[in-house]
Amino acid sequence: MIAANLPALQIVLPLIAAPLCLLLRRGNLAWALALFVSLAAFAIAVALLTQVLDSGAISYELGGWAPPWGIEYRVDVLNAFVLLIVAAIGAVVLAYARRSVAQEVPTSQHSGFYTAFLLCLTGLLGVAITGDAFNLFVFLEISSLSSYVLISMGRDRRALTAAFQYLVMGTIGATFIVIGIGLLYMSTGTLNMADLGARLPAIGANRTVLAAFAFLTVGATIKLALFPLHFWLPNAYAYAPSAVTAFLASTATKVSIYILLRFFFTVFGPTFEAEEITLNNLVVPLATIAVLVCSTVAIYQGNVKRMLAYSSIAQIGYMMIGIGFGTVTGLTAGIAHLFNHAVTKGGLFLVLGCIVWRIGSCRLGDLAGLGRRMPLTMFAFVLGGLSLIGVPLTAGFVSKWVLVQAAIEQGNWLVAVAILAGSLLALIYVWRVVEVAYLRPAPDSAPEAAEAPWSMLIPAWILIGASIYFGVETSLSLGVAEAAARFLLGGAG
Amino acid sequence: MDIPGLFNYWIVIFLMMTGFYVVIARGNLVKKIVGLNIFQTSVFILYISMGKVEDGTAPIVIEGAKGVGAVYSNPLPHVLILTAIVVGIATTALGLALIVRIKEAYGTVEEDDIFAQDEAE
Repeated sequence: MIAANLPALQIVLPLIAAPLCLLLRRGNLAWALALFVSLAAFAIAVALLTQVLDSGAISYELGGWAPPWGIEYRVDVLNAFVLLIVAAIGAVVLAYARRSVAQEVPTSQHSGFYTAFLLCLTGLLGVAITGDAFNLFVFLEISSLSSYVLISMGRDRRALTAAFQYLVMGTIGATFIVIGIGLLYMSTGTLNMADLGARLPAIGANRTVLAAFAFLTVGATIKLALFPLHFWLPNAYAYAPSAVTAFLASTATKVSIYILLRFFFTVFGPTFEAEEITLNNLVVPLATIAVLVCSTVAIYQGNVKRMLAYSSIAQIGYMMIGIGFGTVTGLTAGIAHLFNHAVTKGGLFLVLGCIVWRIGSCRLGDLAGLGRRMPLTMFAFVLGGLSLIGVPLTAGFVSKWVLVQAAIEQGNWLVAVAILAGSLLALIYVWRVVEVAYLRPAPDSAPEAAEAPWSMLIPAWILIGASIYFGVETSLSLGVAEAAARFLLGGAG
Repeated sequence: MDIPGLFNYWIVIFLMMTGFYVVIARGNLVKKIVGLNIFQTSVFILYISMGKVEDGTAPIVIEGAKGVGAVYSNPLPHVLILTAIVVGIATTALGLALIVRIKEAYGTVEEDDIFAQDEAE
């Protein structure tokens, strides 16, 4: 009974727990419930992925209505992988959140915080699991609206303007997506994505379909912050509460990339002509510029959180380069980097949250001498930084290596050089932090700082440890990514 | 080009661009939300227009002999857009709530003034 309904439970559990959190009122109780639910969601995601790897895609008919009329939850290799990422990061961040949120968010808002967090988790999981295009929009808005709320809970008043800016950009992006879905419905009469994929080739690329393609592409790229549509991201990440930044940085943009993948490869199919042109002439150049420009901008940031935010946009560039190539190797690199970056950046933001918890700031100058005063925390930062750069034996290396291979396979030396240059730039911005923390002595006026509490340090180390682990053991990240890439290019027409 | 036949779609494009322009060009946050609303409304009309079937009546089953062979409008876009309207209202409510908080924190809802205050810090 439970096993057959896993896809529904994946969504329904956090969705029901969210309002319960609000009713509990006591922050700690709400946290315990949220943590329990997110662990359950993680267990379900693991079960779904194993099931998919064993026996192929799962189709779940919601309410017993057969697709394409009813809403179908369709779990294949790609979205089972995305579900796993989102659920895992959600569980780790929630375990971490209690102390961090207790300090950064006013007590009266604690239960509201966990409610919004669970809704955001529901939305992101929902986007990943659903097989229905309009349902995808609804879940996208659930996750977006709750993430605006989460961002606005930051201590700095600039969190409010950042949330507002994100709200405007996010709504425009989502509305573009809904226009695209509408135009597709208009030309095919179906909303089921697999069904859309089956019907579109017969219609061909008429103007309505092309317009739908354009709207969907732009809408999704706003949401995933592809250069030059990334302006909402740095402020939103810099001023949100630490736990929220870690969660959104490693899940929200990744799920948006999933949306793009799903529309590009399942709905329009890899043979759709406008898509090839868009990928080669638009996505790859923009993504390459993102890598170079945003890595450079990151070097000049005085706020470490903001620096990591710019680095995120650059890393999204890497993923989009891989997707833009549209080959098996390229897609494998893109999807594997999606996973590796989620783990690495999530870990780095959690580490940064530990620092903020202790010294109340993440300005670069305030980190002086922290290497000696918070050795475990700073060491985690160094390891995460190494993975960000892409040093061998870290997760970042594995996916960048495949990405360079994909670029060379295409004969695209310029992009291959840009990828390496991006790594050098990453070395500079990571080194700036390391230099201040280890080589500069703490000023006498610096507040006493000891290690962050274990309840925060352990989750941060889990993700940082994972980013090292997946640098050595690549069967999960690279193996599943490759299966997903093959599935996208071959299985779905 | 069949302009009268595509009247609804011209309206959609006009409203969409108006709303989009207001969002981009206006510095007042409340006006931005108004623009966003106009922008979203255009999509509602787009969906409702595509549900129209020529000579179709409201999609409510007609009982008895009169109902045989009746042509109905496509109800699915209407239902979809009901959901989108709810999403739009939630977005507007959240946007306005944020504006209230911004007004409390900054004492203004003009983007330029907020920017100047942030720069001054």
